[in-house]
Amino acid sequence: MSDTPNNAILKADHINVRFETAEGPVIAVDDVSFDVRPGEFLSVIGPSGCGKSTLFNVIGGLLGSYQGTVNVAGETINGPHQSIGMVFQEESTFPWRTVTDNVAFPLELTGMGKAQRIEKAKHFIGMVGLKGFENRYPGELSGGMRQRVSLARTLASEPKILLMDEPFAALDEQTRLLLGDKVLQIQQELKQTTLLITHNITEAVQMSDRILVMTYRPGKVKRIVDIDLPRPRTSEIVGSEAFGRYVAQIWADLREEASRGMREQEKHVMDEAPQG
Amino acid sequence: MSAQAQKRASFADYAPAATGVGTVLAFFLIMELLVQTGMVNRFIVPPPSEIIGSFGRVIVEEHVFSRFLQTLIECLTAGVMLTVFGVAGGVVMNRYKLLQQACETWVAAMASAPIVLMYPLFLVIFGRSAWTIIMMGFLAALPPVILKTIEGISGTRKVLVNVGRSFNLTPSQQFWKILFPAALPNIFVGIRLGLIFALINIVGVEFLINYGGLGQLINDLAERYDLAGTYAAICFVILVSVLFFMVLEKIERWLRPVD
Repeated sequence: MSDTPNNAILKADHINVRFETAEGPVIAVDDVSFDVRPGEFLSVIGPSGCGKSTLFNVIGGLLGSYQGTVNVAGETINGPHQSIGMVFQEESTFPWRTVTDNVAFPLELTGMGKAQRIEKAKHFIGMVGLKGFENRYPGELSGGMRQRVSLARTLASEPKILLMDEPFAALDEQTRLLLGDKVLQIQQELKQTTLLITHNITEAVQMSDRILVMTYRPGKVKRIVDIDLPRPRTSEIVGSEAFGRYVAQIWADLREEASRGMREQEKHVMDEAPQG
Repeated sequence: MSAQAQKRASFADYAPAATGVGTVLAFFLIMELLVQTGMVNRFIVPPPSEIIGSFGRVIVEEHVFSRFLQTLIECLTAGVMLTVFGVAGGVVMNRYKLLQQACETWVAAMASAPIVLMYPLFLVIFGRSAWTIIMMGFLAALPPVILKTIEGISGTRKVLVNVGRSFNLTPSQQFWKILFPAALPNIFVGIRLGLIFALINIVGVEFLINYGGLGQLINDLAERYDLAGTYAAICFVILVSVLFFMVLEKIERWLRPVD
């Protein structure tokens, strides 16, 4: 399904994940292979329950038991790797640290001097558009601002690959589009290789160079779609005809999977319900 | 900000404290009224005016400040001990799940056990000394600190732990940079509860073995049937408690300025 160019910075090869549950084994990810080129923005999209987040955990090194290999710049990884920076779906800032201290967290781990890490943290804070909020605590910020703090914290570790799991899922559509702009701007500025896990078609088309569409359980690669929209992009692209065509094309792929997922979930609920 | 808005803001700042003081004053007034009209027996509860009047006598004749200091030092010692051993105990129990599964119920049961009744045993071990009082306060206060520490650490949001893992933190970094600060609000709840238990037990044992600080003073005054003096001494016990809570709140705000 995926081509495997030699210059791929991230290569997931025949990933299989199987969970044992009370109702028997569940195959969450089934023989998924793909690669990401340097500077590329790849999104993985699929219906709820297709194993997207499991894939995120495999690539991020947070899941121990799986089959297959994940290579970063030719090196097989077996756990969290410094080349991969993760942004999580849930709010993940440290509430006891100020914005600056949150962003400086990975720099602190490297033993960088205080003045230097504050300086560097301020650079990334400015990059995500939070200048002026350096001394605030996450509890004093909105959900979107907190996600930007998490993004800045991950960027501060200067990862080769930015791995994001539905980072804007909890935000409203308008904030999501605007934050999408911010991510695009940063990605273009840093030439940051990015892998985004999402279930939002608009978000995926707005930002990606390619989109990997997954099937409902077991999660397989259904198709990889090249997004041939001009760059640099902003959220204004959502009004274009080409954008609409891509959204329609991906929805056509996803609709079948999402419907199957919904039917299976309904069947599961019916089976679980006490017989009256 | 306009002058009116500033006035509103300053009133909002002081309103809780003012309402608190007002409630206590109202309670005193009602009690005064009930005692003076004979609805409450003055030989059981003296009128608040008499209690306030006895403060000078208790301070000058009964050396209440040195006794206050002694109880304060005993509480402080027990507080430091229960913070160190209670938090460490909670951390160890959380780290070794078998230990937690084996002992958590016992620790919880210990919280409700009347440890104060074991004072003869402690008298044998430590003699009639401040250490008997401190150790009894410490032991009685230990369970809430252990339990709340376990709750705080195990209740750390999984995503924060995963952030630590994604940055390749060592187990020690994971603990000091994520688990411990995340658990701090719970740990402080445990320490607050622990200090309440410690103070009750310390004053109780001082009373029982007739040794040391405010507890002994209350015992002496009660035996002399000096009811107003007894209640005045109890007010100093409350003062110890208030002081501890104020200091603890400052420490908590310093460690975790915003939740």
